[in-house]
Amino acid sequence: MRYEAVIGIECHVELKTASKMFCGCANRFGAEPNTLVCPVCLGMPGALPVPNAAAIEYMIRAGLAFNAAIPSFSKFDRKNYFYPDMPKNYQISQYDMPLTQGGVVRYWLEDGTLHECRLTRIHLEEDTGKSTHAGSGDGRIAGSAYSLVDFNRAGVPLMECVSEPDLRSAEEAVAFLEMLRRTLMAIGVSDVKMEEGSLRCDANVSIRPFGSESYGTKTEIKNMNSFRSVRRAIESEIARQSAMLDAGERIVQETLGWDEANGTTISMRSKELAHDYRYFPDPDLVPMEISAERVSAVRAKMPPLPIERFERYTKAYGFNIKQTAQLIDAPEIAEFFDRSVEVSKQPQQTQNFVLGDLSRLANESGIAIHQSPVSPEHLGELVALVEAKTINSKIAKELLARMWAGEGSPKAIVEREGLAQTSDPAALARFVDEVLAANAASVAEYRAGKSNVFGFLVGAVMKSSRGKADPAAVNALLRERLGG
Amino acid sequence: MATIAKSAAEIARAVNARECSAREMIDATMDRIAAVEPQVGAFLSVLERQARESADALDARIAAGERFPLAGVPLAVKDNLALDGTVTTCGSKMLERWVAPYTATAVRSMLAAGAIPVGKANMDEFAMGSSCENSALGVTRNPYDLHRVPGGSSGGSAASVAAHEAAIALGSDTGGSIREPAAFCNLVGFKPTYGRISRYGLIAFASSLDQIGPLTRSVEDAALAYDAMAGFDPMDATSVDRSVEPTAGTLREDLHGLRIGVVKQFDTHKLGADIDDVYDRALHDLEALGAEIVEVELPTADYGLATYYLIAPAECSSNLARFDGVRYGLRVDGVDVAEMNERTRAAGFGPEVKRRILIGTYALSSGYYDAYYVRAQKARTLVARDFAKAFEKCDLIAAPATSSPAFRFQSKSDPYSMYLMDYYTIPMSLAGLPALSVPCGWVTPEGGERPMPLGLQLTAPLFAERPLLAAAHAYERATMHAAKHGTEVVEVAR
Repeated sequence: MRYEAVIGIECHVELKTASKMFCGCANRFGAEPNTLVCPVCLGMPGALPVPNAAAIEYMIRAGLAFNAAIPSFSKFDRKNYFYPDMPKNYQISQYDMPLTQGGVVRYWLEDGTLHECRLTRIHLEEDTGKSTHAGSGDGRIAGSAYSLVDFNRAGVPLMECVSEPDLRSAEEAVAFLEMLRRTLMAIGVSDVKMEEGSLRCDANVSIRPFGSESYGTKTEIKNMNSFRSVRRAIESEIARQSAMLDAGERIVQETLGWDEANGTTISMRSKELAHDYRYFPDPDLVPMEISAERVSAVRAKMPPLPIERFERYTKAYGFNIKQTAQLIDAPEIAEFFDRSVEVSKQPQQTQNFVLGDLSRLANESGIAIHQSPVSPEHLGELVALVEAKTINSKIAKELLARMWAGEGSPKAIVEREGLAQTSDPAALARFVDEVLAANAASVAEYRAGKSNVFGFLVGAVMKSSRGKADPAAVNALLRERLGG
Repeated sequence: MATIAKSAAEIARAVNARECSAREMIDATMDRIAAVEPQVGAFLSVLERQARESADALDARIAAGERFPLAGVPLAVKDNLALDGTVTTCGSKMLERWVAPYTATAVRSMLAAGAIPVGKANMDEFAMGSSCENSALGVTRNPYDLHRVPGGSSGGSAASVAAHEAAIALGSDTGGSIREPAAFCNLVGFKPTYGRISRYGLIAFASSLDQIGPLTRSVEDAALAYDAMAGFDPMDATSVDRSVEPTAGTLREDLHGLRIGVVKQFDTHKLGADIDDVYDRALHDLEALGAEIVEVELPTADYGLATYYLIAPAECSSNLARFDGVRYGLRVDGVDVAEMNERTRAAGFGPEVKRRILIGTYALSSGYYDAYYVRAQKARTLVARDFAKAFEKCDLIAAPATSSPAFRFQSKSDPYSMYLMDYYTIPMSLAGLPALSVPCGWVTPEGGERPMPLGLQLTAPLFAERPLLAAAHAYERATMHAAKHGTEVVEVAR
């Protein structure tokens, strides 16, 4: 039997604020263990948390990016459970009044179709420390001789984003995550690097017969370290559950770990032993009031969102999905492109330059486009010059190389050096007549039927105009003179 | 001449005037501590070397022209306040050898004002108790009768000031832990408005109730300590960002124009004739000073105890979770982390702390949370509303600080009778109000040989510390109850 998968994603994203969530320690990956710590993030007796205003602003940004509601009132709660890498043995988190509620992630698949996955909420919490278990061979705590804890990560602001079960395939889940990642990067709230743990995600997976309205029993998959493993883990879990149902077995609600090496999910713990986290409002922190003015101020500073670019590029500009993704996934290039288009008013031509000649120059020089001497406004000017037939594409290529070398405004160069294309009929006629007079033999050959000589004659006219002649006009005039 | 009987105000004046050095003051204090500590047992650690060094450093700064509001004042610090480099135990085996790596904001403020910590004062373990008997690390005796408790949880703080081992002590008050021992030890004990003094560095018992305050031998000294410590601290999100008016210069000599409320529900008649007389006389004295006595009602006051004993344990069950043997403090090894946690906590916490952790864990558990914790929070709101309503009719509320004078050791054998000691102080804590206890008379308890002090509790609206201290000062000056009897402590030559 074929089944429909029902998938929801929970992910944790570390915010890239300068300091930690509740203390002044630096928020930085990769430092020597236990060097970015203080009494507060070590949970020393008597130390107290003070919320990081930047982290709250980042949450508002994220909420706005996904069209979520930003309630005017929010609070922090304590989630109580014992774990050695959690300094206070409670995590400051948010239970029933998260900073954002609802919202939707609109994402696209490779075929260019747009899909939606609703969000339940996004809330703010603090990250835990990191345990390393030594002596067990496989890094697990079971059988280890001792454990070490690094608290550098303890207290790093962590956004937990929970989706509704709106995803129907591994492909959709990965596309959703990619959209989440590119959006959070675009709004500057996180590096969103799975390999550094700044993005960690779990998937809730169940299956049901196509057409069924009710949900099947779900399992939760943890320990997926890349988008590739997310895809493989979900596919593997759908296959496992399908085989079980086909065999008449019941699916057990449980937490599974993804075993990357063996390509299978393995049972970690049964959900019946779920913790009672004894959530209650953190008495060390006062409730937060988020004013409409504060939200508006954040909204006013929001950069363009990937989904907005996607709609503009595909619908208004008619770009294909590949070009669209290429621009959007390099946000600085997309920004460069957008600013160029504002000047050039020519999206397609501008895109040709950005993804073509400019990208080639960037690759050759190792300098990124947005860091090169070519400003987006100057590229826009260049495209506009071509479009107005002031210069032809050959001159444009030469100008671009000179702009890359730091010569500035193409318009200024064209004016200074008189490079504007000649479409003045009298001037063109003079160039054509000179060429025809100087190449009588070729003219005779052409008239005798050797049509390929025509290209040579066009080239000669272009050369004598020092490239400024409009090639189309040259073509037309030559044909007229040659009686062709 | 350095004399340990001087008030903090007198000491600071003399040291600033260079009539006596801070070093002389500290040397005299250390002599006194050595002489009486064997009887009193106020301190868990005496900071002899540090205190003398600090005194020398202070003297050098005074010689260079600097002046300090608490210059050279010997300070006792309750052992739940972090002081960098000192063992800070909370009266618990769990932290018996824990050295604080930083200093609490309130203590820093006192240091900046020129006060000199002379010792870390004994307390009920993690501030849970009303007699100091719950300390796992030492016995503190009431200087007015060494067979009696000093009160708690700031028992060591109270005993040290009463026995002249310090001029000011810092305590913490969650449900009465400053006011009750102050009443038992013939002192002024002052709990400011919740949020007035930073809690950063105060090892939490119940975060939404804990408040630091001074125990002193005069209202003026309490005002000086409050002035030094009050104010917003960016390290404490619950500290109040609101201007603080200094109080020490605005103390009054009379109570004209003041309406003082007497709570109908706090009937002192049931406390016994002796005690009832003391409180009756206190009301007459207030009236004689010009105050108008009005009756007010606190209909929910009776729910205070039950409310408190849900909220405080709930918060403590979470606050004390960090003591797990992983990073600091006691560790008792086990075969795995869970067993190590369990063994450490079993060995490190005393019975009262365990009882409250269990109550609190239960109150927060899924299925019970709404019935206990949520309802307690609602009751807390009602108590605060009652006070707000009462303060429409009066400027201050007068009430007993305790229902009895200091009792004998081991006389409150069941926890509930101990909890009842805080009956009069808990409602103010729930409402976050500023309240103090000031000596108001003496009674000789049944079977006792010596007269023991009682405290009058005055309570003000939120942030009204200034009129509260002013009125307490007028009452203190007019009655001088504290000076009527001396302590039992005998100086023993070293």
